[in-house]
Amino acid sequence: MSIDTPPPPASPQPAGPQVGADEWVARQQQRREYLPGGFGQMQRAIDGVGWWPRLAAAAVAGLALPLIGLGGFQLQVGIDALVVALLAIGLNIVVGWAGLLDLGYVAFFGFGAYGFALLSSSQIGRHGIHLPAIASLPIVMIAAAALGLIVGWPSRRLFGDYLAIVTLFFGEAFVAFTNNVAPSKLGGPNGIINVDPINSFGHSVTSNEGYYYLLVVLVVGTMAVLRLLETSRTGRAWRAVREDSLAAGAMTIPVNRVKLMAFAFGAMVAALAGTIFAAQQISVFPTDFDTPFLIVIYAGLILGGAGSIAGAATGALVVMVIYDGLLRSPTDSAYLFYGMILLTMVVKLRPWRRLYLILAATAAFGFAAHSIAAAISPSAVAGGSQSTGWIADALRDWVIVPANPQTIGNWGFVLLICLLIALVQIKGAWRTVLLVPTIYLASFVWETRLVAEPAITRQIMIGAILIVMMNARPQGLLGARRVETPQ
Amino acid sequence: MAFFFQELVNGVTVGALYALVALGFSMVYGVLKLLNFAHGDLYMVGAFVGYFVIQWFGGPNALTIPVPLLVAIMFVLAGLLTGGLGVAIERFAYRPLRNAPRIAPLITAIGISFFLENAALLLFGAQYRVYNTSDFIPFHAGFSIGSVSVYAVQIMVVVLGVALMVGLRQLVNRTKFGKQMRAVAADTEAAEMLGVNVNFTIAATFFLGSALAGIAGVMAGLLFDTVNNTIGFTAGLYAFTAAVVGGIGSLPGAMLGGLLIGIAQSFVTGYVSSTFTDLIVFGLLIVVMVVRPRGLLGRLQLQKV
Repeated sequence: MSIDTPPPPASPQPAGPQVGADEWVARQQQRREYLPGGFGQMQRAIDGVGWWPRLAAAAVAGLALPLIGLGGFQLQVGIDALVVALLAIGLNIVVGWAGLLDLGYVAFFGFGAYGFALLSSSQIGRHGIHLPAIASLPIVMIAAAALGLIVGWPSRRLFGDYLAIVTLFFGEAFVAFTNNVAPSKLGGPNGIINVDPINSFGHSVTSNEGYYYLLVVLVVGTMAVLRLLETSRTGRAWRAVREDSLAAGAMTIPVNRVKLMAFAFGAMVAALAGTIFAAQQISVFPTDFDTPFLIVIYAGLILGGAGSIAGAATGALVVMVIYDGLLRSPTDSAYLFYGMILLTMVVKLRPWRRLYLILAATAAFGFAAHSIAAAISPSAVAGGSQSTGWIADALRDWVIVPANPQTIGNWGFVLLICLLIALVQIKGAWRTVLLVPTIYLASFVWETRLVAEPAITRQIMIGAILIVMMNARPQGLLGARRVETPQ
Repeated sequence: MAFFFQELVNGVTVGALYALVALGFSMVYGVLKLLNFAHGDLYMVGAFVGYFVIQWFGGPNALTIPVPLLVAIMFVLAGLLTGGLGVAIERFAYRPLRNAPRIAPLITAIGISFFLENAALLLFGAQYRVYNTSDFIPFHAGFSIGSVSVYAVQIMVVVLGVALMVGLRQLVNRTKFGKQMRAVAADTEAAEMLGVNVNFTIAATFFLGSALAGIAGVMAGLLFDTVNNTIGFTAGLYAFTAAVVGGIGSLPGAMLGGLLIGIAQSFVTGYVSSTFTDLIVFGLLIVVMVVRPRGLLGRLQLQKV
């Protein structure tokens, strides 16, 4: 691990000191830890390119993706992923920069969706209101920002924990409100249907391709705006408040106002995502804005790295593609599951011969266990893998799948959790020994239980992402760890 | 007027239950300064343990052991298992983050809550499991004054709840362990310097708090009869509210807050409508936070540099 501080005098200095009190925050962001060896060189090279060429490359890639021929389902997954990416970069303002835990964020998304739906449907009045998007989008976003101020206000002088509770309740209250209040206008549990598409100047976006392109443009545009905001005075103030609000206050940063601003900006981006979501779905329902969806957004943000715009967007895209796309088919999810295990082992296990040893031991363990189980009772291996293709052929004689897997799979799941906890706690040679049965048991639980319940599996995965990432790599996959300066 | 007193009785019962959950929540907050979002899910696990104990001993209609013994086993087993689970969570997920920024353990706690909720969904399914309390603790076993009736289960819940609260108060105020706990809550580093085993104290506090949540879960199963993987979320939310209204970190405050929330919920459900309970409880929370941010019995905390 190399730490590039302090720079030697001969090397080109980074841009000179920023004005006064901002300097510490500005410099603090630059001290980063890079991987050793070639990966570190690559990181440095990417960091050296500058943000807008990188963003432009991402935009071109995003716009070119449909040209290789996406099916209707894949396009829908892409649209959902982009909506969540927009939400995650908005949440990054509140959580990543200002360090406030906003658990009612999804309600602002819902507010945007409902606001747009009311302004672009026949819900209010005799003929309804059918504003063009160019008018309704700003109205909805400004209203959401105002709502953000109102929600943030009671907890403005309180600690982050209180804010978490108030916003959590706000999210719950939003769902209760849309479910129960004014059913003739808000539709109650039936929601609002027949929402207009995004339309302005006589044109309207009606196809899914259109929404895909619109979302790519919006996501990239928001990222560019936020990137400018990040390095602005306000952006630096947010990070100063996150690091130490008391010190920031002493440096004449108006802490409460800055926090409320972060809240309002986050709400605005969420509302923007909500309008597109409502228009693309043509309808809104209270259940679209429930807590599980909030946790999906958080998982994306945390996976990519809170505090980094690119990280938030990438993490959200990855999480949503896995969550919505891959985990629906047993074969895709089998590739994903075994691929992840293999990848983690390749990244984490050193030296190489240890990796080969464990791989060989796991394979041997599986074949031995399978043949013993088959010898004891044929029904113990009567079930088969639900996946198809070569991966199923490879697994047929390796993983035990009983004819009636539910109960034994449940016990296996509980045992797996215990084994994982034990694995984290113990050190040394026993860890290697325990790793083999743990990997095998994970495959067993996967084939007996998890693959059969994809809807639950993906929720469990989201929870696991949050726990594991916060413990193993709190800066996220893309974020570089900030090096603490010695005091 | 009878309706009023009936709702009051119901409210006090539910309030005792919320107070137990809020107590554990507040204890954990006291020593770790962490909002343990997974607390409500431990309550859910406790309720499931109680359900499986009933099934294990022959089901509600054909019990193989006397009812008092059954109830005792339910409470003890639920307390031990959820306590152990709480310690495991602390060891596995929160201890590595003790010096991390404040937001990291909070996000982990949300992850654990979500994980437990869905693990329970995987293991036990989405259908409601029914305790059928009335089959083994009959309704007529209580007493009634005029038209206000108090059921045996309600008496048991309130008596056990009060006993646990009194016991906990004695533990915190009178024993050496309680002193260590208060020392860790006041200043972890100073306590460590003075020879307090901080890791043990925090783990033990987690055990106690989680066990209280598990016991409250069994109470909820006996009172409300139904168990499902989602009951923890709402209960957790109400317990947070109770703890905040009473003053977070303050144990008498948690009891008072729990009672208030229980009674408020009962009256709102009885006089207005059950659909507005969440909104009214939320409003109560906002009012307390605006008028008295430290809660009813909480001490003013100064932010230290």
